[in-house]
Amino acid sequence: MIAMTNEELKIKLTEFLPTITFEEGGEWLNVFVTPRELRSFVQKIRTSEDVLFDYLFCLTCVDWKTHFNIVYHFSSTTYRHNFVLKVKIDRANPEIETVSDIWRTAEMLEREVYDLFGVKFLNHPDLRRLIMPDDWQGWPLRKDYEDAINMIKL
Amino acid sequence: MVEEIGTNTEGDLIINVGPQHPATHGVLHLVLTLSGETIKKVEPHLGYIHRSIEKMCESLSYRQFIYVTSRMDYLSSHINNHACALTVEKAMQIEVPQRAQYIRVIMDELTRIASHELWWGAMAMDLGAFTPFFHAFRERETITDIMEKTCGARLTMNYMVPGGVMVDLHPDFQKDVKSFIQLYKSKFEEYNELVTGNIIFQNRMKGIGILSKEDAISYGCSGPVARASGVHCDIRKLYPYEIYSQLEFDEILDTAGDSFARYMVRLKEMQQSIRIVEQLIDNIPEGEFQAKTKAVLKLPKGEFYQRVETARGELGVYIVSEGGTTPYRIKFRSPGFSNLSALEHMVKGLKIGDLVAAMGTLDLVIPDIDR
Repeated sequence: MIAMTNEELKIKLTEFLPTITFEEGGEWLNVFVTPRELRSFVQKIRTSEDVLFDYLFCLTCVDWKTHFNIVYHFSSTTYRHNFVLKVKIDRANPEIETVSDIWRTAEMLEREVYDLFGVKFLNHPDLRRLIMPDDWQGWPLRKDYEDAINMIKL
Repeated sequence: MVEEIGTNTEGDLIINVGPQHPATHGVLHLVLTLSGETIKKVEPHLGYIHRSIEKMCESLSYRQFIYVTSRMDYLSSHINNHACALTVEKAMQIEVPQRAQYIRVIMDELTRIASHELWWGAMAMDLGAFTPFFHAFRERETITDIMEKTCGARLTMNYMVPGGVMVDLHPDFQKDVKSFIQLYKSKFEEYNELVTGNIIFQNRMKGIGILSKEDAISYGCSGPVARASGVHCDIRKLYPYEIYSQLEFDEILDTAGDSFARYMVRLKEMQQSIRIVEQLIDNIPEGEFQAKTKAVLKLPKGEFYQRVETARGELGVYIVSEGGTTPYRIKFRSPGFSNLSALEHMVKGLKIGDLVAAMGTLDLVIPDIDR
């Protein structure tokens, strides 16, 4: 099984969804998908025999002050190729569809992102705080988060 | 959380395991739903030692943030530091001297042995055998002594820095490591005599906590946990860093996916680590131990990701840089977090006593999960 190069992946992924856009730079291919098209796109990359991205090894969020980027790192245990999927979402009302039914690891990872960034994952089976106490106010990893008591500023 | 404890409407018993329980090795809190003795649901409650390392790193420089990562998975602190140093080097395209690469790999593998030793002793203790713990610590102590001589620390090493290692090796290093290898080889058979061949032990481990290959991949498991289910996932083999591509060692795989398979994978991995150290210890090249770098490191704008294989599995360091002296966002993909997420799937339907046998083989380090 031979891993696809970034260029080959680019062509293949565009076949799945022609509206995706790419970001240059970085070791792996960076793909942008709109929140509305996320579900249909990830189902294709998970099941398509040509790419088989069955291993979601990192799911996180980056706060860009104007918007959030949800970042998924995918790998294929068959072909060994990797790519990065990014979804830009609204910061005022952060909502995105869950992928936890496709990759089970996403259930905990999405809970972590919800806990620390306040991103709501729609249709998630059990979206609650994971790390912070249940009654905690605010979302600690956001850039504008201030906690006068516990925060140590350097 | 406490008010949930009691009985639910279906008559199931809901109990706490932890946060202070001898079998959870740290402050892991599980809420179990039991029907009689059978486990119906396992719910981890995390965050008892959450320090928000990712947020802290956002205000630390690229030299400083490495020290914090020693406190994540404290049993693999060398490897955590290594991952961070590699990410910074990758971003800045720093060439690491050969000598430093050799030292790093030797240290990584010694750390892996020390970590598996501790796991082995602690796991046997979970199952009620107290003696193996002392046997494991006898050998582990030798490794920590070697580390102390060179790094000055026994647990949180902070030895690897961007560009190489912090100080050169102690003059006794090679001699000490060689005598450790001899000691280890003479004692290894004891492990099998004491625990592996024990029929009570085998009965408690075999067929318990089965994780299929598909599930291991879907739950994002890595390290010995995934390899015991037959997943090729050793980062040292698949995406080699440093000098791993030139080394001879086997990726240990098993197909059973039960607790005993995970146990055997770790035991065999220790011997592979010994094999790697043996290949390197006589051939450490002379030269610089650190590349010349600027006092203040500035990463170019962009995103950088580095994966390494720790004792527990795949550690990923994801740095988003805006071109400044501190990271804009940093994310640690910790192996324990994903491995823990598979726990409920593994133990559902088993008896409560089996929970400990299954959880012990996940080798959870709680600071690594909470971060």
